[in-house]
Amino acid sequence: MIDELGQFALVLGFCLSLAQVALSFTGRARRNVTLTSAGEGAALGAFAAIAIGFAALIHAFVTSDFSVMNVAANSHTEKPMLYKVAGAWGSHEGSILLWCFALTGYGAAVALARGLPFGLKALTVAVQGSLGALFIGYMVFASNPLLRLAMPPVEGRSLNPLLQDPALAAHPPFLYAGYVGFSVVFSLAAAALIEGRIDAAWARWVRPWALAAWSLLTVGITLGAFWAYYELGWGGWWFWDPVENASFMPWLLGTALLHSAIVTEKRGGFPAWTAFLAMGCFTLSMLGAFLVRSGVLTSVHAFAVDPKRGALLLAILAIAAGSGFVLFAWRAPKLRDPATFAPISRESALFVNNIILAAVTVTVLLGTLYPLIKEAITGDTISVGPPFFNLTFTPLMIVAFIILPAGPLLAWKRGDAAAALQRLGAAALAAFAAALLTLALVSPRKALASAAVGVGAWLIAGAVAELVDRTRLLRAGWREAGRRLGGLPRGAWGMSLAHLGLGVFVLGAAFETAWKVETAQVLSPGGGVTLGAYHLTLASITDVAGPNYDAERGAVVVTDRQGAAVCTALPERRTYDAGGQTTSEVAICPSALNDIYIVLGERRSAAGGTPGWLVRAYWNPWARLIFLGPIIMALGGAISLSDRRLRFAVGRRAVAKTAPAPAPAE
Amino acid sequence: MMVRRLFLALAAMACIAAAADPAERLADPAKEARARNLFQQVRCLVCQNESIDDSEADLARDLRGVVRQQVAAGASDAQVKAFLLAHYGEFVLLKPSFSASNALLWGAPFLVTLVGAGVLILRKRSAAASEVLTPQEEARIQALRQDETL
Repeated sequence: MIDELGQFALVLGFCLSLAQVALSFTGRARRNVTLTSAGEGAALGAFAAIAIGFAALIHAFVTSDFSVMNVAANSHTEKPMLYKVAGAWGSHEGSILLWCFALTGYGAAVALARGLPFGLKALTVAVQGSLGALFIGYMVFASNPLLRLAMPPVEGRSLNPLLQDPALAAHPPFLYAGYVGFSVVFSLAAAALIEGRIDAAWARWVRPWALAAWSLLTVGITLGAFWAYYELGWGGWWFWDPVENASFMPWLLGTALLHSAIVTEKRGGFPAWTAFLAMGCFTLSMLGAFLVRSGVLTSVHAFAVDPKRGALLLAILAIAAGSGFVLFAWRAPKLRDPATFAPISRESALFVNNIILAAVTVTVLLGTLYPLIKEAITGDTISVGPPFFNLTFTPLMIVAFIILPAGPLLAWKRGDAAAALQRLGAAALAAFAAALLTLALVSPRKALASAAVGVGAWLIAGAVAELVDRTRLLRAGWREAGRRLGGLPRGAWGMSLAHLGLGVFVLGAAFETAWKVETAQVLSPGGGVTLGAYHLTLASITDVAGPNYDAERGAVVVTDRQGAAVCTALPERRTYDAGGQTTSEVAICPSALNDIYIVLGERRSAAGGTPGWLVRAYWNPWARLIFLGPIIMALGGAISLSDRRLRFAVGRRAVAKTAPAPAPAE
Repeated sequence: MMVRRLFLALAAMACIAAAADPAERLADPAKEARARNLFQQVRCLVCQNESIDDSEADLARDLRGVVRQQVAAGASDAQVKAFLLAHYGEFVLLKPSFSASNALLWGAPFLVTLVGAGVLILRKRSAAASEVLTPQEEARIQALRQDETL
């Protein structure tokens, strides 16, 4: 019954999305507020309907209703409750429903947003509704998660054991909230192009949505990277896998958008380019969904793929992005760019930022699709793996990182390079010192990695230097600086934090990649092995029974050079009841910023014929920073989002009520 | 569907960082390090996008054996790669070759950067040009100034 109710709600959501499009467009054309208000109501209704459908699917999973095909294929009565709930988006159909849930959710948020001009808002709601109708239509007619089975099985086929992980509960929702968040930006750009007006006010409307989507996507990708890091066989935290690239492309272009929109907002500059990026972000989100869900590319992360329905997703991508870019090609030439600026200026710095981010996005796009294109044209198969990206993506990004700290210190229109460099003198000194110290102290000696550490330090010190400069710490003293620090707009805090987080990430990535230590040994209980500065002893192996698996659990005692205990790690080798698959559960023992990463492998006979287990262990120095950095960046985005100048509803009220704040040095 | 799912799961499971296996290691640590470096550039042909350094699939194990054998026999990195290329085709190497058919792939990042830089320079030119006033504009300013003095 609940299933049928959900089914009905999904169809209703489709119809309401169509109504949303028709009402909003007609209302805009006839300048009729009643019609556009009805369109907004339809947007709210569509969200409510999809939410009901989503709740029905989760209900079916929680109650193990195997008469629902999707539940029978992806759930099991013995599966822990967390994975029953999260399993609702573990399948192809469920993930599309999650996508539609987010899409209509953003549609409802736009409908509720206040302060947008009449025409722009009506058209934004209309475009958002068309995107909703496309995807909900696809879900209802081609990928329905609530279809019944005529002959329900007694037991379900359970979810892939590799996906039965707490990260499944958080990673896809964050990722999709980020991916789909760019739909609002897409709709705003399309609406503004139809209206023929892209100006500072429009950019101010775009920025909060772009910031929200970008921050959520940052968290989603980081969670995914962390999951891949501790899940064996997923290539570590980043492997330039097609599925990883699919999520990275909208992130890179979104980063470009955030910076380009600043120029549009403050100076009215780059309007066409900002609109292009705004459309590009969601296009790449849709491309990502297609690549991941269609299985056209081989990936370690591709689950629940379906090539037949992938073609339909490609058609949706072509319709949505195609009409968006046709609109752009038609309207953009009429947009005027009033901004003029000197070669050394904030605008120039942001322009260079955008060139590089666009170039690396193209790099990742081509690196992901080139094997496919080449095979289709010539029949030759090639692989584009990490070595390609290390030679193209990385050098370009290093250039961007070196320029980055100077950008915020340059004035708009005409900047003073010498003054900016002078203010960065201390930061440059700190960066060189960090690189040289690393080269001198860390063994084995690695020049390139030491330089990368220097770049990380440069980004962090640069962000700090920028704050010092803004607060005039060196000229005005601590008290005045403290007062100024408190008075800084949240947007400035957000930017500094995001840039600092990037530096933290670079430090972690450089250290982990260059100086990780690895060991592998067949150990019998009581046996030990050395890992860098630590000693690992396999104390015991016990059999444990989990909720839906049996496992061998090793107790590995980690001690340091002095023999003091650091921790006891409990890696497992699990065999799942349903399907009989085995998985390895890694045990990670954190010590400060470093991880000791321990894997219990297969059973083998050790020396002397006693039973032994293959134990693999890694010491990953500063690995925590790889995940901490992006979280700081996302936090920066969130703080920037909370800036009252950007808050959704306060637009006009804030201008009317608050006295102008002391102008920051920009 | 079921079979495919099972296959995917098995393929994913088979790919467990495997090259460190003590049973496979070369005795000479320098040669072993070189072999490991090579493994990271070679694709496990039957896996879901993994290098033979990570994969526990039989084919990856065999390929590791081949590479270790050649390294032990004194082959250079280039020789090992050439051998793999001859036997398995370009698909086996994770770094695409610098060939004419891959020119677009290798060139695009730098092409986009150059085009962007070109746009920036052209923009500067036109901006600089627009800062110089036309004779008509000069005349108008003169007229306005005279208005003010009156």
